[in-house]
Amino acid sequence: MFLKKAALAGAVASLMGSAAFAADCGPSGKSVRILGSDFPAIQVVAGAAEANCAANAGEFTINLRDNTRDMMNQALTPNPAEYTSVIVANSTLTQLMNDGLVRPLDEYVAKYGQHLKPSQLITIGGNVMAVAFMANSQHLYSRTDVLEQAGVEGIPATVEEVVAAAEKIRAAGIMEHPIVMNMKVGWNVGEIFNLFFFANGGELFKPGSAEPNVNSPEGIAALGTIKSLLEYAHPDHLSHASNETQGLWEAGKAAMAIMWGSRGGAVLDDEGSSDEVTSNTVLSAAPTAGGGSTPAATLWWDGVTVAKNIPDEDAEATFAALVSGLTPDLMEEHNDKAIWLIEGFQPGPAAAGVSATAAAGAKPYPMIPFINLMHNALGSELVDFYKGDESAEDALADVEAAYRTSAKEAGFLQ
Amino acid sequence: MKGALGGPLQPIGFHDGAHAMKHRTFFWFILPTLSAMILFIALPIVSVFIQSLFVQHEQVLVVSESCGPFGCVEETQVDTEATAKLREEQPLGRFNGLATYFDRSHLASAEIAEVWHASTGLSSFIDGIMDLKFYKALVFTLTYTFVVTPLVLIFGLAVAVGVNNLPKAFRGVAIFISLLPFLVATIVGSMILSWMVDGEGIIGATLQNIFNDPSLSIKASTPLMWIMLMVYGVWHTLPFAFITFYAGLQTVPKDTLEAARVDGANKWQTMINVVVPHLMPLVSFVTLMLLMDNFRVFEPLVSFQAEAHAQSLSTFIVSDLREAGNPLYASASATSMLTILGVVILLTPVLIRTWRDFNAKAH
Repeated sequence: MFLKKAALAGAVASLMGSAAFAADCGPSGKSVRILGSDFPAIQVVAGAAEANCAANAGEFTINLRDNTRDMMNQALTPNPAEYTSVIVANSTLTQLMNDGLVRPLDEYVAKYGQHLKPSQLITIGGNVMAVAFMANSQHLYSRTDVLEQAGVEGIPATVEEVVAAAEKIRAAGIMEHPIVMNMKVGWNVGEIFNLFFFANGGELFKPGSAEPNVNSPEGIAALGTIKSLLEYAHPDHLSHASNETQGLWEAGKAAMAIMWGSRGGAVLDDEGSSDEVTSNTVLSAAPTAGGGSTPAATLWWDGVTVAKNIPDEDAEATFAALVSGLTPDLMEEHNDKAIWLIEGFQPGPAAAGVSATAAAGAKPYPMIPFINLMHNALGSELVDFYKGDESAEDALADVEAAYRTSAKEAGFLQ
Repeated sequence: MKGALGGPLQPIGFHDGAHAMKHRTFFWFILPTLSAMILFIALPIVSVFIQSLFVQHEQVLVVSESCGPFGCVEETQVDTEATAKLREEQPLGRFNGLATYFDRSHLASAEIAEVWHASTGLSSFIDGIMDLKFYKALVFTLTYTFVVTPLVLIFGLAVAVGVNNLPKAFRGVAIFISLLPFLVATIVGSMILSWMVDGEGIIGATLQNIFNDPSLSIKASTPLMWIMLMVYGVWHTLPFAFITFYAGLQTVPKDTLEAARVDGANKWQTMINVVVPHLMPLVSFVTLMLLMDNFRVFEPLVSFQAEAHAQSLSTFIVSDLREAGNPLYASASATSMLTILGVVILLTPVLIRTWRDFNAKAH
């Protein structure tokens, strides 16, 4: 029995040999436990780490699931932590750092990260805290055939052009509601406000403090811009998140959409939609608003972190395994699954929107400790305005009051 | 079967036993239940109450440069070492007394005073109050409770009487079908209905076609959403009332029914004067359960993605606890305590009534 098992292990090890020899997996026999969100690019990165280094590790587990943000702090708090690495984004790195749950990576980067680009390193206060591998942002999706049929020339570049195009499509009787956007009450409503607030030149907080700054001319301008788009949006928009908007798009029920770049690959592939939709879908930069030049988008990155409350050797093996997969080979094989930040990435049609948005100077999503509280206040208090029950000024005053209440409770404001 | 078990045992259990049982025997009898209740219900409530009196420490903030794929910016970070030290000194947090209960997310005393001074009349005062999320949620929850509870009682009794009057051969099937809505998990049942009434779903799209209005949407209208939630609530909890009343109907004494018929009472009069009074203890029980459950309505709000139109105290608790990096424990605890208080207030009239009936029977 024992011999049989040993022989089997040997066979598996030799099968994986080709990949394992190429990668430096750090100390052997250690435990690598990865937590991440469940989407294609993270599946690829975690899968590559497993293929390269599972044979070298004593234990290798991957847990990819939804809503990791709601449990990652609890999972990393005990010592030893439940996971040795969490794959995070801008906002979730902030929430882990608020509780001091991730460790600086500088020494591991020096040892195992020769192939990483300097811009992949997320450096905070002089320490590398995460290694980014992909970028994401919201941007415009357009159906060129519908725009053409309605007599619109080119792809709209500003919100005003989007609204004018929507009016032409409606007037031509092609679609009553040509626009879709993620407006589900809660996080999405807050995020849409961020996009147009930044595009109008707003800052969420008064400089150098946790005092809110959204009840401002920029805030009112942002709400005006959003309302002009919602005039042409699907009536159920307050219950639409990414899955719903992608579904409507693939069903050919929309002509212009503001959706995440990470949905581009799934929209353009040959599943879930008709050739008429996919062949006429063009991804372009997020529109600008109010005569400004900043696209209405927030830039996001996804990257790997290493937990603080684990043995140092487990941490080293985890980092080595994860960055072993971040190579040009992996990227070439999965080019359309993400907007890779890895050396030598050539954006295809699915990445065109994010690349154009970043190039046009969109702002990164702020990494501020109290941003979650503001985001939640926006997500719940702006709904009355969108339903038409409240003025923009009143809704923004409510946002500031709700934010102040929770920021006081969390200890950020006095 | 019933006679064999229920008959001889009843005198021991209900007449001699309860009154004659010594206090010491009674104590040992309920000790296991009592200790489980203290351990798993009373103590957690006390701990939630204590939690609601404290808020988080002041966060020590530092400004430092952060760099990434999109360039460098000066950003604020939490000084985790300094904050951890504060936390160690006072693990519960800063004492805040009952202030959380009266803040804007809860009873909002200061905001109400402000609205009172600023309002020009009753309608502007009500508008101001409805802008506060606690009261907005309370209005929905109470409306839901007081619409769904009586409807479930009435329809539950009607279905039970209907099934009871069916020929015996059909009763089993009828009971099974009537129980179906209860067997489907709330989250599944409401999800299915939610997809059907979606603008792209079979009911939603049909309505749009019938009224020839592509903007007609149940999910976009607060009144329609409320109606749908209540219809769903009635559909889902009806079987609970039905099966309880159906069981009760089996115990209505045949003699009394016959006597009523001999006295010339028609079916309706028999129902009102004989059957319903006999079922009153069950009506009180079902009312208690329904009031409690309906006041804590939660799953349908999630499944219908109704957050824009209807919130309940339970959805607030969940969203406070899920505030990702900054769970607001004090706020969630305060809302929990207020929910318990709300349930107690709702149940008091029913409990007083039951107590009076009990005393009237005992003497």
